[in-house]
Amino acid sequence: MFELSQDHEDFRRLVREFAEAEIAPHIADWDRKHYFPTELVPKMGELGLFGLVAPEEYGGAGLAEGAFTYQCLAIEELGRVDQSIGITLSAGVGLGINPILTYGSAEQKQQWLPDLVAGRALAGFGLTEPEAGSDAAATRTRARLDGDEWVINGAKAFITNSGTDITSVVTVTAKTGENVDGSPQLSAIMVPAGTPGFTVEPGYEKLGWHVSDTHGLSFDDCRVPAANLLGEQGSGFRQFLKTLDDGRIAISALAVGLAQACLEATTDYAGSRIAFGKPIGANQGVAFPLADLAVMVEASRLLTYKAAWLKDELTAGRRSVREVKQAAAICKVYSTEAAVTATRIATQVFGGNGFMEEFPVARFYRDAKILEIGEGTSEVQRMVIARGLGLPQA
Amino acid sequence: MNIVVCVKHVPDAQSERTFNEDNTTDREGVDGLLSELDEYPVEAALQLVDAAQGEVTVLTVGPDQAADAIKKSLQMGAHRGVHVNDAAIHGSDAVATSLILAEAIKKIGDVDLVLTGLASTDGTMSVVPAMLAERLGLPQVTVASELTVEGGKATIRRDGDVASETIEASLPAVVSVTDQINEPRYPSFKGIMAAKKKPVETWSLADLGVDAGSVGLDAAWTTVESFEKRPPRQKGQIVTDEGDGGTKLAQFLSAQKFI
Repeated sequence: MFELSQDHEDFRRLVREFAEAEIAPHIADWDRKHYFPTELVPKMGELGLFGLVAPEEYGGAGLAEGAFTYQCLAIEELGRVDQSIGITLSAGVGLGINPILTYGSAEQKQQWLPDLVAGRALAGFGLTEPEAGSDAAATRTRARLDGDEWVINGAKAFITNSGTDITSVVTVTAKTGENVDGSPQLSAIMVPAGTPGFTVEPGYEKLGWHVSDTHGLSFDDCRVPAANLLGEQGSGFRQFLKTLDDGRIAISALAVGLAQACLEATTDYAGSRIAFGKPIGANQGVAFPLADLAVMVEASRLLTYKAAWLKDELTAGRRSVREVKQAAAICKVYSTEAAVTATRIATQVFGGNGFMEEFPVARFYRDAKILEIGEGTSEVQRMVIARGLGLPQA
Repeated sequence: MNIVVCVKHVPDAQSERTFNEDNTTDREGVDGLLSELDEYPVEAALQLVDAAQGEVTVLTVGPDQAADAIKKSLQMGAHRGVHVNDAAIHGSDAVATSLILAEAIKKIGDVDLVLTGLASTDGTMSVVPAMLAERLGLPQVTVASELTVEGGKATIRRDGDVASETIEASLPAVVSVTDQINEPRYPSFKGIMAAKKKPVETWSLADLGVDAGSVGLDAAWTTVESFEKRPPRQKGQIVTDEGDGGTKLAQFLSAQKFI
């Protein structure tokens, strides 16, 4: 069975120490100013957080096994202090580095990975469009080959890490023709930052995740070399599907961090806030929701690390894709819904203070909602789980 | 250049700290960590060997848990560890601690530089570096906010209230450093993995030829008679300005001997 080793715990302690020293003192200010802390990214790189899944030749950890579990620990611990920083790492690795690592040519890897792994640069992945999200086959962005260049036209939405000062490249999916059955042929193409015709729209006004860098992108006769195709032409959709399960487990880890933060903050508060002559936690009306919160944290964490372990076992060739897909959807839907509930409990226990930005639980509350949406909504997860049960499909 | 860094494992100031029945600090029932002030000499040592090669040995005296302070230093990049662990050490004062450290450094041998922090964050006595230098017969250059090593000499800057001094000492020397000297690095993932393979030796008092009767609680020059919790903070005093606010403030500060 799976368990976390002393090495895992040492690593967790390192990331926790880093997050508490380098993020916690600044996060309220960054959040208020919607400031993306570019200067933090290379520090995360020095810790090795962007290279856990990468081979040594690109500056990564070169782990033979178990890399994804370490990745989830890092995401959880950053997410415990701030969700935006957690997603910056999660997307930076899962969407920025992984596709290049998995499908890139030797030249592409050599060109982009060393900087990405070191945290000197960030990469984004543009799949979602204003009118195509989980329904990726509805992608409208098109790319046509003109001589030895791709000419890209279209728009992408909600793309994480796509507009930071150190964003080096964004991989976008685009229609590059039609398959024989009439379905759109999707391919992934790498667009370096600053390419003429590639516009990064102003950052979104979001409910939460204020510190995370998120933009819409537009492409207007944007030309990149034909060699910027990532993987094979027409395999964009299939490549993307393979990254989905990782992303779901990673979001689940982020949710665990958030629920853990709620549990700690709320336990402290319930033990010290006095009302009617005693700490409010002495009342069952406060204590029981906290007990529920503890159960949710435990269950979320177990589901998440079980899925992460399965993913690592799949990488080692000992488990099937089917098992990981089901485990990923299950942990994602449970942990993210638990996290939203956790923030509701936390803000309720904090009372009026929970509505004040002076206390982190207010930020947690705003940051939680997206977890039930990003990397496939809760509804999509249930669709996947139901399909995994073998139920007939609509 | 071979550097020995003396480090201490201390109770985490963030968590509940307690004492044993014999009035010594409880080091077993509480969360501990590498004394934060000891991260600075570790970093200073790593920077020196990064620039000029050599080996960094971290040395600690303490119970089983103290191995954690060595582990953290190794994760940061130190090369090997020495842990002096012996039940007879329990309750040792600074005088005894300096004796054990000095004997351990002699046993390590071939040392160019001994680095320590400014003070431990639990005892905060700041006397061990001087005692250690005396026992080893080495120059002591303490409270360094800058350190350079060149041509067989260590040069430090010591910042005082009114002046900064530059002090030179021939090597080998004992140097204690402040928290101004550098920004200690975090360990990295690779550092954690590499630390597992680094050698750590555990020595007893017998290994060092130190008589158990010369250290420990009974041999201590001082005793803790009693302890109590720090009283809760008093409410601040509000000075209302009725035209004489400045005078009242000056009187307050003068009464506290601030001015």
